[in-house]
Amino acid sequence: MSETDEEVHAKSASRGLFDLRWLIAGLFLLYGVALVLIGIFDSAAEVQKADGIRINLWTGIGMFVLGALFALWSWLRPLRADAPASAAAGADDTSGSDRPASDV
Amino acid sequence: MTTDLAARLDVNAIDYTILGIYFAIVIAIGLLARRAVATSEDFFLSGRALPAWVTGLAFVAANLGALEILGMAANGAEYGISTVHFYWIGAVPAMIFLGLVLMPFYYSTRVHSVPEYLRRRFNRPTHAFNALTFAVASVLTAGVNLYALGLIIQSLLGWPLWLAIFVSAFFVLIYITLGGLSGAIYTEVLQFFVILAGLIPLVIVGLSAVGGWDGLKEQVSQNTELGGAAFSQWGGTAVGNATNPLGDWIGIVFGLGFVLSFGYWTTNFAEVQRALSAKDLSAAQRTPLIGAFPKIFIPALTIIPGLVALVLIPKLGQQGGPTYNDAIPELMAKFLPNGVLGIALTGLLAAFMAGMAANVSSFNTVFTYDLWRPYVVKDRPDRYYLQVGRIITVIGILIGIGTAFIASGYENIMNYVQALFSFFNAPLFATFIVGVFWKRMTPWAGFAGLVSGTAAAVLAYLSLNNKLGVPEIVYIESAQSRNFWGAIAAFVVDVAVTVIVTMLTKPKPIDEVKGLVWGVPDPDNPDAADAQNVRSWWESPKVLGFTALGITAVLSVIFL
Repeated sequence: MSETDEEVHAKSASRGLFDLRWLIAGLFLLYGVALVLIGIFDSAAEVQKADGIRINLWTGIGMFVLGALFALWSWLRPLRADAPASAAAGADDTSGSDRPASDV
Repeated sequence: MTTDLAARLDVNAIDYTILGIYFAIVIAIGLLARRAVATSEDFFLSGRALPAWVTGLAFVAANLGALEILGMAANGAEYGISTVHFYWIGAVPAMIFLGLVLMPFYYSTRVHSVPEYLRRRFNRPTHAFNALTFAVASVLTAGVNLYALGLIIQSLLGWPLWLAIFVSAFFVLIYITLGGLSGAIYTEVLQFFVILAGLIPLVIVGLSAVGGWDGLKEQVSQNTELGGAAFSQWGGTAVGNATNPLGDWIGIVFGLGFVLSFGYWTTNFAEVQRALSAKDLSAAQRTPLIGAFPKIFIPALTIIPGLVALVLIPKLGQQGGPTYNDAIPELMAKFLPNGVLGIALTGLLAAFMAGMAANVSSFNTVFTYDLWRPYVVKDRPDRYYLQVGRIITVIGILIGIGTAFIASGYENIMNYVQALFSFFNAPLFATFIVGVFWKRMTPWAGFAGLVSGTAAAVLAYLSLNNKLGVPEIVYIESAQSRNFWGAIAAFVVDVAVTVIVTMLTKPKPIDEVKGLVWGVPDPDNPDAADAQNVRSWWESPKVLGFTALGITAVLSVIFL
């Protein structure tokens, strides 16, 4: 190989990966609100179809709560909080690798 | 076949909007994840930087493809709660064993793949044989997945088959070529939550319609051919005159619970790859353990709809009626109003794409690291292999599309091929597990065992299913039980050949297998420093593993 594993490892941009929790939060809050609105305006026939349960409304509430929990989690424990631990673990393989590579 | 009978869903603009938003998000994941790809390891293993909850959910989601969901609901309708064997005995123990015992051999040796472990533990022929069979099997399986996805879009939404195949392949292509394994894993985690959001309402409404769990028990027992046997896991599993649809208990415990399950979960690279992308050894160990918790409860979301459909959908699984595989789509059409229907449809399509993506993302890794780099074009800069990875992803998906179209013409052949591939894990597991725990096992024993075990798997499959044109030696009533016994046969042949060849050939010097076998630690273990880190008690792999095992044991007793 023309470069050592350490050299390649130091180039890694994996630290630039975005936080999935915000994406889950966003999608479920959006779906949640949409389903709650659909559920509120569901016709009697639609409620009847689901055996009399306002299933759009309840699913919407459930999805909204899940989205809110993910938002809360990513807000309280941002991704960078655990960066020092992995930087310390990586520090002994090469001296320069504790600086995250910037986006490419 | 199945297509003409499945229910057409009454989708409207709301459902299509929900579906459209999801697909837009998937493309966004690909674009955003691309910024985190600078090296081949970023592309193939997410730079080994992901947290345990992400890899853990991806670990279970990579297996939660739509074929699995529809298939397990079908099993639920056909066999009743015996289907939990595929989860509680056929998955959870193997996941826990991988996390607690085997993971250090994969993660701390810094191998990139399962075939690479075989190269370091045994020799290049073993490596090449395994890498080649895996690459072929996964690209064809991706094609079968794609075909199944095309069929379901065709039947549920009325799209032409070719359009459905191209559109779904296009989305998978975008997010994997751009984002690599990170794109695949992030999408799997997202898909995991969406499919739950689609299945949970279906279970709630379905149970309500049959009068709850007690109502379901009563109606299945009185009004269906399956009857009260639907609610017994272990009833009728006596050896010799098994009446249980899954056959006798030896087949279930050793064939399914040991060989097939441990083979799939501990040596299938599509699964192991998720754990290798974790950020440290502890996170890698926790990957299958975190995955085990959802796995314990997923049967509630597949078996219950199956049984509800058996009661409520007329002629399910009978001549002239919908097939068992249509259980979930039929219930969706019957019960879900627009809105939740869109969520369930999105979850199902997402699960299909994830199933294909898991195959493609493990295929491109094995092709580049285990075939192209060691045997074809060596010693190029890392950037070159990243490029190869992207190109082979496109080629792999094109082959998948080709396979999907071939499958649409010869459906039966594809069914056999797929069943056959499910056997490949049995000999691989035998070679792997003996290699880990027996340090004397020789490199050529690895090769001979793997090749003969694979041949035995193929022969066992063909003869037990009466495909050789000669009468079968033993006749096993249950098709599932035939698979279990076939796996046992492959395992036994592999181990026997391994032991014989080990006696006749020279083992590797102990220095070359340090870190690769049980009881020979590597003094330069890169994770030694990490083990000193103090962690919270709930991050302890042992606590997680034994909790999952305990829950499974309690549930097994309750639903005996």
